Amino acid sequence: MYQYDTHDQTLVDQRVAQFRDQVARRLSGALTEEQFKPLRLMNGLYLQLHAYMLRVAIPYGTLSAAQMRMLAQIARRYDRGYGHFTTRQNIQFNWITLAEAPDILADLSRVQMHALQTSGNCIRNVTSDPWAGVAPDEIEDPRITAEILRQWSTLHPEFSYLPRKFKIAITGAPSDRAAVRVHDIGLRMHRDDRGEAGYEVIVGGGLGRTPVIGKTIRPFVPKRHLLSYLEAIMRVYNSFGRRDNMYKARIKILVDAIGITEFRDLVEAEWTTLRETELDVAPETYAAIAAHFAPPAYEALTGTVAEAADGASDAVLARWIRANVAPHRVPGHGIVNVSLKGTDQPPGDATASQMDLLADLAEHYSHGEIRVTHEQNLVLPHVRLSDLPALWAALEAAGLGTPNVGLVSDIIACPGLDYCALANARSIPLAQALTRRFADMDRAQEIGELHINISGCINACAHHHVGHIGILGVDRHGEELYQVTLGGRSDEQAALGKVVGPAVPADRAVDLIAGFVDTYLAIRQPGERFIDTVARVGTTPFKETLHAAA
Amino acid sequence: MPLLEAGVRIADPWVVVTEPQAVPADGPVLVPLARLTTERDTLVMRRAPLGVLLPNDAAVADLTVLVDGDLNRLGLIVLAFPAFKDGRAYTQARQIRETHGYRGRLRATGEVLRDQLLFMVRCGFDQVVLDSADPEGDWQTAVTEIAGVYQPTGDGRPTIPALRRHTLRRKGLAA
Repeated sequence: MYQYDTHDQTLVDQRVAQFRDQVARRLSGALTEEQFKPLRLMNGLYLQLHAYMLRVAIPYGTLSAAQMRMLAQIARRYDRGYGHFTTRQNIQFNWITLAEAPDILADLSRVQMHALQTSGNCIRNVTSDPWAGVAPDEIEDPRITAEILRQWSTLHPEFSYLPRKFKIAITGAPSDRAAVRVHDIGLRMHRDDRGEAGYEVIVGGGLGRTPVIGKTIRPFVPKRHLLSYLEAIMRVYNSFGRRDNMYKARIKILVDAIGITEFRDLVEAEWTTLRETELDVAPETYAAIAAHFAPPAYEALTGTVAEAADGASDAVLARWIRANVAPHRVPGHGIVNVSLKGTDQPPGDATASQMDLLADLAEHYSHGEIRVTHEQNLVLPHVRLSDLPALWAALEAAGLGTPNVGLVSDIIACPGLDYCALANARSIPLAQALTRRFADMDRAQEIGELHINISGCINACAHHHVGHIGILGVDRHGEELYQVTLGGRSDEQAALGKVVGPAVPADRAVDLIAGFVDTYLAIRQPGERFIDTVARVGTTPFKETLHAAA
Repeated sequence: MPLLEAGVRIADPWVVVTEPQAVPADGPVLVPLARLTTERDTLVMRRAPLGVLLPNDAAVADLTVLVDGDLNRLGLIVLAFPAFKDGRAYTQARQIRETHGYRGRLRATGEVLRDQLLFMVRCGFDQVVLDSADPEGDWQTAVTEIAGVYQPTGDGRPTIPALRRHTLRRKGLAA
């Protein structure tokens, strides 16, 4: 994992002192709320209905055991004993007081963490593959680049007052687990014909009110030119992005308005002034950061995850291994995914004691490392297969053993009308109703990979456009209804879901989705996942379910 | 409002000449880009310093063509922050300094807040109009409270990556 040097630590410490002064000026009235707002936002502090919410950056979703323990301590000391892991691999605390916010940031800095740029119209925390460094199909560890981007974007003087927020994601593997085609900038690592690793640069993707699949602006940018190329993109966006309407201010709107060709021409012209400068990533700089991500000292072991599942002493354990443990690049090891989607658990929430336990388990079983996924689950990335039974037993005892990762009840849901002022409809009760409907875990495994995303409004915080089944909450004359889409996906074949039928009440939505699943089971071909069947047959056979249910 | 140059309060010698006024024969004058466009020859031939107010939706290239590609024919360029949230002038400033090599005075006006001064200085501004009871103290705090920088911007500060490379090379020599 990346370790701060004195430069990184000093910057974060000075930033805490700066924010403490800004908070003092706000509390004394020297700063108006309007003047203070952008300052607190750039430190991750939102003002919600009842309290402040603090969003803490978890760079590219990687956490150490010590960092997880600090998050638990913050949850206990400053919040109500829990935290919420987000779809951007961060964590949010919902019951924060303004006066205590600087103390929380000081506590975070002691474990090399911060809340910089987790909000505001700046470059946000860079997200990546939660299986970075351990996925068998990986070309190169994307965390190296993500850390370079973290540093470059931190307090960037030119790009801290952009037209709107800006999100960058990177994948180092052909299987895209970072949703790079639905980000403002997506980076996909691959090799050119000489075998050199670099990036396909994708621009103008995004979800929200105007969902767009990103377009490739340059098929290959070598590593050393990455920052100059991105700086050119940011500069064009900062100059020409709309500022008159916040709903039209994201880069996707600009790219769409002028077209990718003209946008590319502007970027390339700007790039000529920026490349071959100090912005170039020197090979020694890349190597020095790469050294932080050197693999841990794995034991020489044998065996595969499939063998571990087949050889499990217990059918429940075997089911958990099949659902939650993914193949690792090193023999005899597995990537353990810990579900935060138990029945009656708000998706992504973890209590302070669960966080402490995960820190302990990471130390015992995973070389002290934890990851956060954009599906709002956690990962222990380096587990010996022989440790799976003991690890599973410990997770199970803490309510963290739900065997549903990637399955129908591993639902991504936003806070919805229960917590959010923007929402039109509740999300969590519908997620819980679906979880109960699909509570039979053997059947869930039979159904296989299926992603359901539920957003409570068109801001699409739960990314419903890219759910295999997407659900959007709408308000019709005071009634909460749900609009269902099919066929969305955020992987390397990213696509937006298609609307099927009119919006329906919550109970009907549950029946409808159960019907879609039945249709899929009836018509699927061997080896076909839900999304593959939808891709093959389209939405028509599923619409028949709709009529049957009506 | 106080005008600061490199953190020190100064008097403003520049006379702003808006549309209906005649341009005085002597002394530094500051004109909007539109006026420079229409009266380019007269203004450039004047034997006194010329400054330009560049709106934040204007391209820097539109200004450079008016001065035969040499921004150093200008003594002052004033960029606008109509709202502190509107960050277009940061990009203009870096283009003016780094792409076009301008060495004259570069001033920030509009909604300039103390908490943006560091970014402004890093992007190449050396003058700001700052509404503050203690502008010099605010400047001093703003430009020193965070010492390290990750990005090269042409402000001359050694970046953290450069400092690290320097350390690596010294270690390499020592080894």
